[in-house]
Amino acid sequence: ENTEPQRTAFLLRKQWTLYSVTPLYRFCPARLRDYARLLSAFIAAEKQKGLAVEVGVELDIKVAVSSLPDLKGSDQDQAGILVQLSLRSPASRKNSEEKLVWSGWFCCVFGDDLSKNVPEDFTCLPLFLANGAESYTSIVGSWFQKTFDCCFRRLAISPLSLSWMAAMWTGCKVDKTTSAMELVFSVPCLPYPLDISYAIHPEDAKALWDTVQKTPGEITQEEVDVFMDCLYSHFHRHFKIRLSATKLVKVSTAVASAHCDGIIKFLQSQYLTGVLMLLTELAISQIQ
Amino acid sequence: HLATSLPLPSERDHLRPRIDLIVFMIDIKSKYSLKNVEASLAHVDASFFLGKVCFLVTGVGRMNYCSVEMNAVWKLGEVYGSPVLFCELELEGIRVATAQRLLRMLQICAGHVPGVSALSFGSLMRNSVDD
Repeated sequence: ENTEPQRTAFLLRKQWTLYSVTPLYRFCPARLRDYARLLSAFIAAEKQKGLAVEVGVELDIKVAVSSLPDLKGSDQDQAGILVQLSLRSPASRKNSEEKLVWSGWFCCVFGDDLSKNVPEDFTCLPLFLANGAESYTSIVGSWFQKTFDCCFRRLAISPLSLSWMAAMWTGCKVDKTTSAMELVFSVPCLPYPLDISYAIHPEDAKALWDTVQKTPGEITQEEVDVFMDCLYSHFHRHFKIRLSATKLVKVSTAVASAHCDGIIKFLQSQYLTGVLMLLTELAISQIQ
Repeated sequence: HLATSLPLPSERDHLRPRIDLIVFMIDIKSKYSLKNVEASLAHVDASFFLGKVCFLVTGVGRMNYCSVEMNAVWKLGEVYGSPVLFCELELEGIRVATAQRLLRMLQICAGHVPGVSALSFGSLMRNSVDD
């Protein structure tokens, strides 16, 4: 883990919506300033067309596009790219006070499976994370799709993948006092929506995982199944409800929390790359 | 005849007609359905596995809701030497086509199709999957 914690600290504790992105055609990492200018012009044009977020309010949107050199896995990965939209209200234009309203970043962590199969002119940044108003995400996404001939799709996370994350993150060592591990299940086939929240003391969860995992650093599907089955049986013993017949929709641990609609929150900088590697893998399978 | 699990209640044994085909339904959205099928399989007489059993995996239209590991399903088909069919119940066209398929299989298993036995049909289905 060679990520500088301070440089990526701003990514923590924010809710990011996940997208998979197909390879970008003729993207040049040296032209980030140009891209910022072009995107800025595009947003202004969309505003003219009346497609901006706030109608009737004269707000100046400033676009910044920068590189995130720490956000990569192997040397073959393209470094992360960060796009930030800030609002400069006319009143404070003199002291150029800016308010960050939207952030989005592209990254690729150990995405060799995708990048090795792709022709020369394409750049692989399969994972995109956005925080801020959906309308801004839509405008920025449209510009990238038009300019680099790529395709954005919401990244859904299946209950299988969420179970994997629950097991993986439970095994991570966290120093500070950790929050409870929480699993949220959605019960199907009911006329009204019903969610079940199952909170487990982090030390109990870790103790259970430690008895299940055979080789440290390696996780198998059987180990994940045994871990989850233990949690389900325990719940069934107490409440007579079969969680295995419901849909796992959210996993929260001290390392990160993930929702099946493709929403993630990073909570520990030391495990940021690890989580991104898993998300990159999911994004790549959604693309292929 | 529909049942949520096996074995069937013994009280009605004498009233029950001959069973020609058993279709085990696994809902890809429910891990419990796989566990239930695995437990029920233990109650099936070995003679049924000569072409009179098949696994039907439902819910495959929504892979994002997948709670069942596909390898586990394939392994089940292999271990019990029975074909694995896939369908999405929510789509009428696929539902109808799957029903027609099962009906055809049932006709063969009941011996209503001359020249084709349940066993030969079963091995034909398995070989076509391997290709």
